[in-house]
Amino acid sequence: MATATKKPQTPWRVSTQAPAKKKKSQKAPDGAVVKSLNGNWGYLFTAPFVVMFLVFGLAPVVYSVYIAFFQWDPLDMTHTFVGIANFQRVVADDQFWLAVRNTFSIWALSTFPQMLMAIALANVLRNPRLKFKTFWRTMLLVPNITSVLAVAIVFGQLFSRDFGLVNLAREWLGMPNHINFVSETIPGHIAIATMITWRWLGYNALIFLAAMLAVPNELYEAAAIDGASSWRQFTNVTLPGIRNTITFVLVVGTIGGLQVFAEPLTLAGGESGGDSRQFSTLTLFLFEQAHMGNWGYAATIGIMITFIVLIISGINFFFTRRIANGENVQ
Amino acid sequence: MNIFKDPVLLVFSLLGLGLVTWLVFYYLDKTRWRKVSPWSYIVLSVMVIISAFPFYWMFIVASNGNEEISKNPPTLVPGGRFLILMGHVFDAAPTFGLSILNTIFVGTTIAVAQVIFSAIAGFAFAKLNFKGRKFLVLFVIGTMMLPSQLGIIPLFMIVNNLGWGSTLTAIVVPALVTAFGVFWMRQIIDAQIPNELLEAASIDGAGVIRVFRSVVLPIIAQSSFVLGLFAFLGTWNDFLWPLLILNDPNQFTVQVAVNQLSASYTIDYALVLGGAFLATAPLLLLFILVGRQLVSGVMDGAVKG
Repeated sequence: MATATKKPQTPWRVSTQAPAKKKKSQKAPDGAVVKSLNGNWGYLFTAPFVVMFLVFGLAPVVYSVYIAFFQWDPLDMTHTFVGIANFQRVVADDQFWLAVRNTFSIWALSTFPQMLMAIALANVLRNPRLKFKTFWRTMLLVPNITSVLAVAIVFGQLFSRDFGLVNLAREWLGMPNHINFVSETIPGHIAIATMITWRWLGYNALIFLAAMLAVPNELYEAAAIDGASSWRQFTNVTLPGIRNTITFVLVVGTIGGLQVFAEPLTLAGGESGGDSRQFSTLTLFLFEQAHMGNWGYAATIGIMITFIVLIISGINFFFTRRIANGENVQ
Repeated sequence: MNIFKDPVLLVFSLLGLGLVTWLVFYYLDKTRWRKVSPWSYIVLSVMVIISAFPFYWMFIVASNGNEEISKNPPTLVPGGRFLILMGHVFDAAPTFGLSILNTIFVGTTIAVAQVIFSAIAGFAFAKLNFKGRKFLVLFVIGTMMLPSQLGIIPLFMIVNNLGWGSTLTAIVVPALVTAFGVFWMRQIIDAQIPNELLEAASIDGAGVIRVFRSVVLPIIAQSSFVLGLFAFLGTWNDFLWPLLILNDPNQFTVQVAVNQLSASYTIDYALVLGGAFLATAPLLLLFILVGRQLVSGVMDGAVKG
């Protein structure tokens, strides 16, 4: 298996196979196909995927661009061409922009503290001498495999106003006023962000851990010989080593963050996202409009979500490129 | 900005954030890799408790009933009414057991189909020389960026036109193969199977099918298993699409059934959390069996990012 790396390995490198795989995938560049195999089988092998994908993946996307130009009501089966009226409506729609604000507020509250904690946790898990490694790693993944809905319900109860544990805990700590997480905007966003963080923290910690284990050990040894403290090793060896992973987690987290749905729905108890629409996220807004029979408008919202994702991915890509270029200069 | 109006909450959040940051800095500064600071175990133990607590809490509420948790201080130990309260769940949602069976059926079908279709397509994209291969791969990667909501309304229409409205078919068929699964298998096959191995097999006279079955499949078996697990878990927990599609209680998946319990005007927490517990317990059992594989799957997948 491992022919490329025959360097002496320290105990903690032995404990994972992940880094060796990375080396190999870099060795075989993309496009290196096996010429001696009959390539025509490729059509057959990819056919199920391509057919399914065209029908259930691409066609809906194209079709949604189409119906976004219609006033489309599923009940009375009428649809009238309205040109760009849906798009004009969406950019002028206060409810849409409120949903954008809510989505980004929840996204920011759930992403940044989580990244900090995930990196810290990964750094704790990285220690080769740590005991019960598998146990810790496995337990950290438990929140991730449970249903978003069940989590939302439990946390909804924990955050409830009268007898929620969070408010009771605040009371014991000498804060007698109970916060109404359901009716107040920012505390509610914090509650939702807590659910998201709880769910994804361990998962992202494992991703960062894998990236940290892939950083060549020689770099740490060299840094240690130069007398670098643990903190300096972290900032000068670990962080540059996992920079791509940070970007990856950010992009994936952003795409996921723009799709937040079950948590606000459950906490608000309705598709409108609460009395003052304070939990109305983009996906919830789309769902609400679809349920009200405004399919053309719902499709338009879907397209707007896509634009936002593409813009953010573009910005992310731009920054990653700049950072990568900056590194090449050194 | 209510957080600023409520100085207590503000101080509380700042303290929390400060504590975390302090722990990070303290930890980084004090540890040497040669020994493990006791802080590691404290931090990890706290994380494990936080990870497990919501499940424990579900069980507490589902075994005590509403009266017991509506107290200050609340009960923190399981009560003896678990079976009675589970009975309430089945009274309120007579098809709850059927929903669990539905979800197991749907999840298994999707997992098996995704593994098969992703493996053959991933193999073709990684190793076979056919026209349009590169274009298709780029296409797959490009579409993975699109959020799933974009096509959800037309997909709903397509599925209804096919006569699958409010049926499990509508859940299964669109999920039989995903761009993510194909991409994942392609990366795995690309990384784990050297071309020389396949060339040697084909020079010995093995055809494509034979090469796939005898050389590729044994190597990717473990990864396929992990992909299947993720597909199963994803289906089990999928909520938005089933909620949109399913109206008939006989066809509900477990998430829709749980949501139905919480849809009433006043939330009966013992009932809803009992349902959530029933919906989660099978996953926890599964996780005890395959948690290790899932961890390695997450970590293997991470390195390519």
